[in-house]
Parts: sequence; structure tokens; C-alpha cells
Amino acid sequence: MVARRSYGKLIAFLAARTRDVAAAEDALAEAFASALSHWPTRGIPDNPEAWLIAAARRKAIDAHRSRKRGEDATAHLSLMAEELATASIGEIPDERLKLLFACAHPAIDQEMRAPLMLQTVLGFDAAAIASAFLVSPAAMSQRLVRAKAKIRESGIPFRVPPREDLAERLPFVLDAIYAAYAEGWSDPAGTDASAREMAGEAIWLGRLAAMLLPDEAEALGLLALMLHSHARRAARRNASGEFVPLSEQETGLWDGAMMMEAETLLRHAAAMNSIGRFQLEAAVQSAHAVRCRTGTADWPAIVTLYDALWTMTGSAVIAINRAIAITETEGAAAGLAALNALDPKSLSQYQPYWSARAHLLARTDAMDEARIAYDQAIGLEIDPAIRRFLQRRKARLAN
Amino acid sequence: MEYMLVLFSDPKPLMTMKPAEMEQMAGAYYAFTQALQKEKAFLDSRRLKTAADATTVTLNGGKSKVVNGPYIETKEELAGYYLIDVPDLDAALKWAARCPTASHGHVEVRPIWPMPG
Repeated sequence: MVARRSYGKLIAFLAARTRDVAAAEDALAEAFASALSHWPTRGIPDNPEAWLIAAARRKAIDAHRSRKRGEDATAHLSLMAEELATASIGEIPDERLKLLFACAHPAIDQEMRAPLMLQTVLGFDAAAIASAFLVSPAAMSQRLVRAKAKIRESGIPFRVPPREDLAERLPFVLDAIYAAYAEGWSDPAGTDASAREMAGEAIWLGRLAAMLLPDEAEALGLLALMLHSHARRAARRNASGEFVPLSEQETGLWDGAMMMEAETLLRHAAAMNSIGRFQLEAAVQSAHAVRCRTGTADWPAIVTLYDALWTMTGSAVIAINRAIAITETEGAAAGLAALNALDPKSLSQYQPYWSARAHLLARTDAMDEARIAYDQAIGLEIDPAIRRFLQRRKARLAN
Repeated sequence: MEYMLVLFSDPKPLMTMKPAEMEQMAGAYYAFTQALQKEKAFLDSRRLKTAADATTVTLNGGKSKVVNGPYIETKEELAGYYLIDVPDLDAALKWAARCPTASHGHVEVRPIWPMPG
């Protein structure tokens, strides 16, 4: 059977000139179906990908003939026929990078960019994507259909942006891949198999981007970040399924090979002298990974990196992590001061803010205030394992 | 592909504009139109009179209902359009960003429904 990895390559090739992703998906699905009926009896062709492309093109042309649409079907048909001829050559050009840029085009709704990539490049169905992104399968399916129609109807190009636009467009692609990853491990207990798989698949997308854009430091930085984070997945829960915070994780459970790959990527990226958010975040993870060798994370480096990230992004998540890091280098009072400098209004419903606050208040012996902050954090948390962890922390506070 | 750049802007500042500023603005639009023409992307463009001069008609039970004013009352109103022909959305977005309206109002980029033949 043709590896699942071929899927995005075939979709990208089929859709690259017509820009009709939905038609390419339909045609390829039919081609796979006829492969299932042909190959077992007639044997697997020498070049399965080319066979599938040829079959898919015939299906697409049939589909177009039977459909009467407002657009210029004749031009579309001749384009397909022309490509049918070239497809018999054998080697399928890799157009997946173009597909990634089309999926992450700024004209596509931001929250749909990751789902669109997962579907078109990796072949996930709407139901699996919906469960990872916590929306109903019907809603996800409808949004995916709409997004694909937008690509086709609005003229979103299948093209790697020219040099002068790449710096502006690449972050959209990398952000979408990272969003796919983040959704994938928001279920670290691994109770949801499709979500667990999604994180691994997002890393695969990151590898693809890094492979296709080897000179883009941030593409390497993103992959390094995801690998560092993924290396710790076995340590995030203990044997009884309880949440273990980073500082208490057993470093022996971290995946050494994955961390090493991340380090190599980060070194390559750094040599390109083009610093960015993902490299800095990966470097933070790298400074945490130091604990494997030295027994303690490189906190001064972490503070410096968060300073840079805070200047670059102004993100509240970064600011909270920075306050925690400052606690390690300058003490809890300084950490709390950094946290107090943030606007509490915008953070009042953000669980990590309250748990960081509770943690720092406890370390400054402000137990009553810490209890209140823990209650806020517990009330805002959706993951039961993290909720139990916060409850244990609260119970441990001295009177 | 053909696109319409639909221009939305607040007409109020125009009313108090000094002649020199008016001239500068007209010059910016002229240069933009010239650039489109030079790239063979220009099809058509018109500026509209203010929405205060609009009249809206709807047919209700066979009777036409006429209302003074635009269909939707907004601070930034439909002010004009450019009809352009470019290879793809990225090219259309580039022209939209260069359009002088983009710096003081909004430019909506809409693909034109293709006609057969």
C-alpha cells in the first residue's frame, strides 16, 4: 500500500494548478478506492504514486464533465488533461510547501489554518480534527469545506512566496504547525488517541517544513521546540496518571535522542543569525534540558531568553513564565513583583496566571492569599489531572 | 483573475480638507491608477458621491419602498471601486495595500464572478 505520507504529496500535486483542493481530495479518494479493487488482483504497479495520480486525474475529469458549474470548465479540463499527460512521466514533484502556504494564507481564518493542513497534507478526517480542536465534527467539516472553497474561489495562489514576502508569510505557516502541535498535546494524559497522534503528526509537518526550507532558521527552531517538548511526554504523568510539573519530572524519562536532535537543529539555526520566537522558545527548553546533566536548569539563561521573548511578543504567557524564572534567580519576592506588574484584568480567567501567583505567594509565606489564588486556578482548570495537582498543592500549604 | 477593490472610507475628513491636501490626495489616486495601467492590471475605477446622496430601494409585496440614505449606515462608507485583472489573490492584495484608501480607510478585495464565454 502507498504510505500515508504520500497523501499530501498527491493532493498538493493534484491541486497545485487548479487550486481546487476539495476536487483533488474527492478524486484521490476514488483513486484509492479503485486501487483497492485493482491492486490485489493485478498486482501493485511499479510506481504506485503515478498510478494513483493518473487514476485521480481521470476521476477529476469525469467529475467535471458531469458537473455544470458557473466557472470556465473547459479551461479547467484542458489543464487537467495536460497534467494527465505529464503525470505519466513518473516522478511526482513535491508541491507540498505550496500547499502549506495556501493553507496558512492570511486570507484563511487563523483558527482554520492548522485544521486545513492536517486534512490536506496528512489526510485526517474532519471528525478526528474536530475532537482535537474541541468542536463538533459537523461544524469542523463545514468550516473545512468553506476554507477550501475560499482557496479555490478567491484565487489564493499555490506558490511559495517570493523572497521579499517570505519573512511575512512564513510565520503563518509555522504558527499553524505549532497550533496543530499544541492542540495535539493539550491532552497529555493520552486518553484521546486522535489528539495524541495529532502531536506526532504536527512534528511530522514541522519536519516537512524544515526539510523544504532548510535555510529558514525559524523553521528549524520550531522543529527543535516541538522535539524538546515532545521528548518529555513520558515524564508529564506519573504511573498513576497524575500530572507532574516540569521541575519535578524524572529526567531519566526524557527522550535523549529527541533532545539531541533538537539541540543539533538549534545549533544549525543559530548559525544562520536570524533569531526569532521559535528559536528563543526552543532555547528555553534547551536550558531546562540541561538539568539532565547538571541536576538544575540554567535559570539565568532562561530569564535572559524570556526577557528577549517578552520584548518580542509582549505575550502574557511569556510574562508569567518569566516571573517564575525570576523567582529562581532573584527569589520569590522579585518573581511576585514581576507578576504584579502585569495587568490582572486581562489575566483574570487565565489558569496559569493564578497557579503561578499561588505558587509565588506560597513561597513568600502569604498562605491565605496563596489559598485564594489556588482556588481561582482550580476553578478555571479543565484538565482533571491538573486540577487534582493544584488541589494537592493547596492542601500542602502550611497553616 | 478579476477582482474588485471595494473602497470604504470616512467622508467627514474630506469636507474640511484644505485645497493642498485635496490635491495631494487626488495625486496619490492618480499615481495609483497610473501604476495599475502601466502593469496592465487596470480595468475600471469610479469614485462614488457620498452615501448621504444615496437612495435605497426594495420591493415589498410588489410595491417599491424607497428610503433616503444608504442600505447600511456606517462611519466608513462605500466610496468607490477599482476593477483589476491580476494573476492571483496575492497580487490583488498587493494592489489593495498600495491603494491610498488603505491608509485612511479599508479596501475589501472581492473576486469577480466569472462569466462563461
